[in-house]
Amino acid sequence: MKKILISLLVSLGCLSGAWSAGGDTIAWDKAPNKTNDLGALQNGAKLFVNYCLNCHSAAFMRYNRLTDIGLTEQQIKDNLLFTTDKVGETMKANIDARQAKDWFGGLPPDLTLVARSRSGSGGTGADYLYTYLRTYYRDDTKATGWNNLAFPNVGMPHVLWELQGERRPVFDVAQQHGHEVQVFKGWEQVKPGTMTPLQYDQAVGDLVSYLQWMAEPGQNSRVRIGVWVLIFLLCFMVIAWRLNASYWKDIK
Amino acid sequence: MAEFKEISPNASVGDKLLNWVDNRFPASKLYKEHLSEYYAPKNFNFWYFFGSLALFVLVIQIVTGIFLVMHYKPDAAQAFASVEYIMRDVPWGWLIRYMHSTGASAFFVVVYFHMFRGLIYGSYRKPRELVWLFGCAIFLCLMAEAFMGYLLPWGQMSYWGAQVIVNLFAAVPVIGPDLALLIRGDYVVSDATLNRFFSFHVIAVPLVLLGLVAAHIIALHEVGSNNPDGVEIKKYKDEQGRPLDGIPFHPYYTVHDILGVTGFLVIFTSIVFFAPELGGYFLEYNNFIPADPLKTPLHIAPVWYFTPYYSMLRAITTEMMYALVLCVVIAAYLGVTRIKMASVLKAAVVAAAVIMMGLMLKIDAKFWGVVVMGGAVIILFFLPWLDNCEVRSIRYRPDWHKYLYAIFVINFVILGYLGVQPPSPIGERVSQVGTLFYFGFFLLMPWWSRLGETKSVPDRVTFTPH
Repeated sequence: MKKILISLLVSLGCLSGAWSAGGDTIAWDKAPNKTNDLGALQNGAKLFVNYCLNCHSAAFMRYNRLTDIGLTEQQIKDNLLFTTDKVGETMKANIDARQAKDWFGGLPPDLTLVARSRSGSGGTGADYLYTYLRTYYRDDTKATGWNNLAFPNVGMPHVLWELQGERRPVFDVAQQHGHEVQVFKGWEQVKPGTMTPLQYDQAVGDLVSYLQWMAEPGQNSRVRIGVWVLIFLLCFMVIAWRLNASYWKDIK
Repeated sequence: MAEFKEISPNASVGDKLLNWVDNRFPASKLYKEHLSEYYAPKNFNFWYFFGSLALFVLVIQIVTGIFLVMHYKPDAAQAFASVEYIMRDVPWGWLIRYMHSTGASAFFVVVYFHMFRGLIYGSYRKPRELVWLFGCAIFLCLMAEAFMGYLLPWGQMSYWGAQVIVNLFAAVPVIGPDLALLIRGDYVVSDATLNRFFSFHVIAVPLVLLGLVAAHIIALHEVGSNNPDGVEIKKYKDEQGRPLDGIPFHPYYTVHDILGVTGFLVIFTSIVFFAPELGGYFLEYNNFIPADPLKTPLHIAPVWYFTPYYSMLRAITTEMMYALVLCVVIAAYLGVTRIKMASVLKAAVVAAAVIMMGLMLKIDAKFWGVVVMGGAVIILFFLPWLDNCEVRSIRYRPDWHKYLYAIFVINFVILGYLGVQPPSPIGERVSQVGTLFYFGFFLLMPWWSRLGETKSVPDRVTFTPH
C-alpha cells in the first residue's frame, strides 16, 4: 500500500508536464453551422459531387434525399448525377479499389458519416473537416506533393488547390519545458488561387455544412420536434404534479 | 383452488364478465395483491422512483427493440448499412434507434441509482435477501445484454470492444482459448459472432431478464418494501390487518410514479432529440466508422457504464499482483491469529493461502484481472451476509458510515472516469488504489459495519404530509 502511495505521488510529479506537451496537430477552428441555410447546402452539395465524389463514396446517402435541401429530382438528375442514372441510388464513387491503393495507399474512406465519426475532444467533426480542408501545404517529401497540418502525412492530395492556391505554414521556435518546439504562427500565400482566402473559407464552410447535414439529414427536424415534445412534457408534468398532490393530500 | 362464485343475474355486464374470468383466472386477486392492496410504506423519497423507472426503461427497450429488429440485418456485410438505413429511410427509424441507444445508457443510470438506494437503506437485509439476489442477477443479465447489443451496429468500437472483451476469456488457464473460440464461433470476431450475439441479445437474455424481473417483483411483494427509515411497517397494523404506515400502491404510488416517469422523460427526450451522442458517451464517435478487422483504433474504450469494471481489469498488472499477494498474507495472518478455531483449520487456512499465493504468482496477471472484474460484480451478491450493522438504514448509522458510502460512490465514479481515458501510469496507480478500496469496502464490511454507535431507530416511519 505504502509502495503504491509513494509511486502514485512520484508519478503525479513526473506526469503533470508530459501530458500538456502531447499534441502534434494544430487546434481545430470552429466551423460555421449552415445546415439550415439551403443555399449554402446546395453549394456544398455541388462542391461535394464535383470534388469529393470522384474518389470518396457516400454509400448510405441517396441522391433523392437532396430534395430535403430544396432541389427537385429533375435538378438532381441534370446537375449532380455523375456516378449513376437512378436518382434513388446511393452516392457511390466509381474508383477502382486496386488503383486507389496504388495512388493513395488505400481506398478513400466513405464520407457519409465523416462529420460524426471525426468528432473528438478537439471539437465537432465539422470543426475538424473545416480545419483540415484549410490547412494543406506543399511538401515535396510526400508522394502526392502535399501535406496537411490537421492530418499529418495525409494520403489525399489537395483536391481544392485550384480554388485555394498554394500556401506555406510559418512556424516560430519557442521554448517549452527546456525543449525547442515549433509553434504554428500563420500562413503565407505562395501562389494565389481562383478564390480569395475569404471566398475559399466560405466555400469550405458550405462544403462542411453539407457533410454535416449528410451525416444526419434529419438533424434539424429532430431538434424542431424535440422542442414540441419537451413543451408537451413540461405541460403534462404540471398535470401529473397536481394529480399526485390531490391524491396525497389525504395521507397524513 | 378458490370457490366458484355465483353473481346475481341483475349485475352489470362488466361485473358478470369479471366474475366469469375470476372463476377461471385470479385477475382480481392479482390486481389486489400487487396494486390496490399492496401496502407500501408512505415515506418513500426520491430514490424510490428508480425501481419503477427501471421497469419503464425495460418497456422502452423491448418496444423499440421489436421495431429495430424489423429493419436490422444481422449480417457482417449489411449490419452497418442497415442501421444507417433505419436512421435515414425508415419512417421515424431515427427516433426508434436513438430511443434504444439512449435507453441502454438510461437503463444503467437508473439501475445504478436503484442499487445505490438499496445499498444505503439496507434493502438487502433479512428478509429481503432474495429480492437483492434476483436484482443482482438482473444486473448481470443487463451487462450481458448491453455488451452483446453493442456489437450489433458493427462499427469500429462495436467490433474492437467485443474483440478485447472476448479475448479476456482466452486468459482463463487451460480452457481459455477454446472458451473464447466458443464465444466467437470463429478465430476473430466475425459474422458468426454477430449472429450469435444477435440471437442472445434479442431472445435468450431478454427471456431470462423478464423471468428475473418477475421473480424480483414477486419476491418484493411477498416480503414488502423497505423504506428510508429501514423500519418494518408490518409491526403496527390496524383492525383489518393493514400496516398503519402503509398505503395502497395504487393509486398513491401509481400517480407518484407518473410524476417520476414524466420527470425522467424530460431528461430522456432532451438527450434523444438534442444530444443523442451525448458527447460521444452514449454513441461513441468511432462507431460511425464501419467495422474494419484490419484497422485497430488507437484507443478502445467500452461504453461508460462498463468503465468502472474495465478500470479494475486494467488495474491488475504484474506489479499489482504483489500487492494482492500481500493482502492474502495479511488476511491469512489475521484469520489465524484473531479468529478462534481448531489448529487443523488453522493449518488449512495457511495451506489455502500458500496455494492461493502460488497461483497468483504463477498465472498471468491478465487472468486475475478478469477474475477481479467479474468478482467486482459477483461480490454484490454477498452483500446481505457481509453487513453486520445493527440498523438497516444509513439514517441511523454512525455518521462516519455516511462518509464511507460517499467515498465509495466517488471512488466508483473515478474508476469509471479512468476507464474512459487512455491508459496512463498515473491513472493505473489511481485505479489500483480504487480497486483495493472497492474490494476492501465489501470484504471488510463484516468488521467495519459493526463499529461505531448507531442512533436509535424510531418505531414508526418518519413522514411529513405534503
